[in-house]
Amino acid sequence: MELSANARAAATRTAPHVTIRGLSKRFADATIYDNFDFDIPRGKLMSVFGPNGCGKSTLINMIAGLFPADKGEILFDGQPLNKIKFGYVFQNYREAVFPWLSAFDNIAYPLKVMGVPKKERNLKVEKIVASLNVKIDLNLYPYQMSGGQQQLVSIMRALVVDPEILFLDEPFSALDYEMTLFMREQLQRVFVETHTTTVLVSHDLEEAVYLSDRILLLSRHPARPVEFVHYDAPRPRTDKTMTEAEFISTKAHCLEIFQREVRKG
Amino acid sequence: MNWKRLEVLLPLVGVVVLLAVWSVVTSLRIVDPVLLPSPAATFKALWTGMFHGKLGVDFIKTVERTIYSTIIAAIVAIPFGILLGSSERLYRSVEFLIDFFRSTPASAMFPLFLVLFGVGDRTKIFVAAFGAALVILFNVAYGVMNARKTRILAAKVMGASRLRVLWDVMLLESMPATFVGLRNGVSLALVIVVVAEMFIGSVDGLGQRVFEAQQMFEMPDMYAAIFAAGALGYGLNLLFLTIERRFVHWSGK
Repeated sequence: MELSANARAAATRTAPHVTIRGLSKRFADATIYDNFDFDIPRGKLMSVFGPNGCGKSTLINMIAGLFPADKGEILFDGQPLNKIKFGYVFQNYREAVFPWLSAFDNIAYPLKVMGVPKKERNLKVEKIVASLNVKIDLNLYPYQMSGGQQQLVSIMRALVVDPEILFLDEPFSALDYEMTLFMREQLQRVFVETHTTTVLVSHDLEEAVYLSDRILLLSRHPARPVEFVHYDAPRPRTDKTMTEAEFISTKAHCLEIFQREVRKG
Repeated sequence: MNWKRLEVLLPLVGVVVLLAVWSVVTSLRIVDPVLLPSPAATFKALWTGMFHGKLGVDFIKTVERTIYSTIIAAIVAIPFGILLGSSERLYRSVEFLIDFFRSTPASAMFPLFLVLFGVGDRTKIFVAAFGAALVILFNVAYGVMNARKTRILAAKVMGASRLRVLWDVMLLESMPATFVGLRNGVSLALVIVVVAEMFIGSVDGLGQRVFEAQQMFEMPDMYAAIFAAGALGYGLNLLFLTIERRFVHWSGK
């Protein structure tokens, strides 16, 4: 059956972005995922939250292809990973940026890998820097920058390819509190501007709720989705958002589930 | 008085003390002046030898041999080091051989290399290159093997091919270790070259100069040649450090 162009576009808009089916992963001492199914919604900022060692990072690492799953299928609009453009931000920015390249060349590197000509690379980097309103001297090398600036560079590096989906693995947990607050605002800004499907692994519930449209709460391993919490407070969210009743009740609800899951261990 | 400004002179203190003690010892004739000439006589011999005598020629000869052997060692060892380092299994399978020959004094290889290459320059250069190559190889391989896993993953996640990861990431990750290897390699090459110049039928080079001066009992000349060799070793190390700071600016940061 043939769909009209309009119907197809509508279907694409509402269909899940990523479909995970039958995902299984065993490490030497534990089964982390056993026949795990999940759909990642399109154009939402989603956080993954759960007890220690339940496999939060493992999940996005497998989705982003950092290491293979033992079994299962992960498709992006029905396509495999190597057909799509995505960005990945590591927790350990110090070891993820390239110290031999200037900040500018770090951000441009994925474009170089894709074979984009130099002129176009420079334009794209300048565009992303301008859109984030970043005021760092990009001729500096990473080791001449603060931790937050380095992580900002690696976030821009992930965004410069216009990714269809953005993964962040505890991106702010190695930063001091002041920088963390600043970086949350930067990430929110990116999301408001691009509405790129974003998957954030966080170990900070307040951060997860504050930033997210959806919070995936996982059980202890073998991990299964316990609840998929919706939080639809309007953006841009501010410090005031965190004092509102809806935020407080959502956070309390997540905490309750989290503690129930922890106690089960 | 600005003491802070004087602190830059601290490294000279040791030198001044050494020269003072040396002057006192020679002027009081505590040591036989034939065995230990005065600093003035020694530096005069160094000056005339370097700029008007044969010492300058010998100096250049030793520099040439050391540089040639280091270049040969680097050309052979760096690609092999990268190859071995990029596969831990491959490295483990030849690790014993590398460690064994790295631990074998290169001077013990002189007779073998003499048979293979005769008494000319080639023998000296090849023995030194042999010693230096193993040091460089070992450091490069470890540099590649210890490349940050996260950085390699980061490049892979961005779609870099295996070859690109090797070229863009592993090669650059190994640079600090490579330079450690090059500095150790050039020092070892100098040691081997000087020893080779002493003992295997040489007509020139600093080793031959030291040996000949000692045979002729020209003590100021001998000390002058020793100082020239010392200055050469120090200078080569400094040269490689400068290159390293320039090209591997991220090292240790």
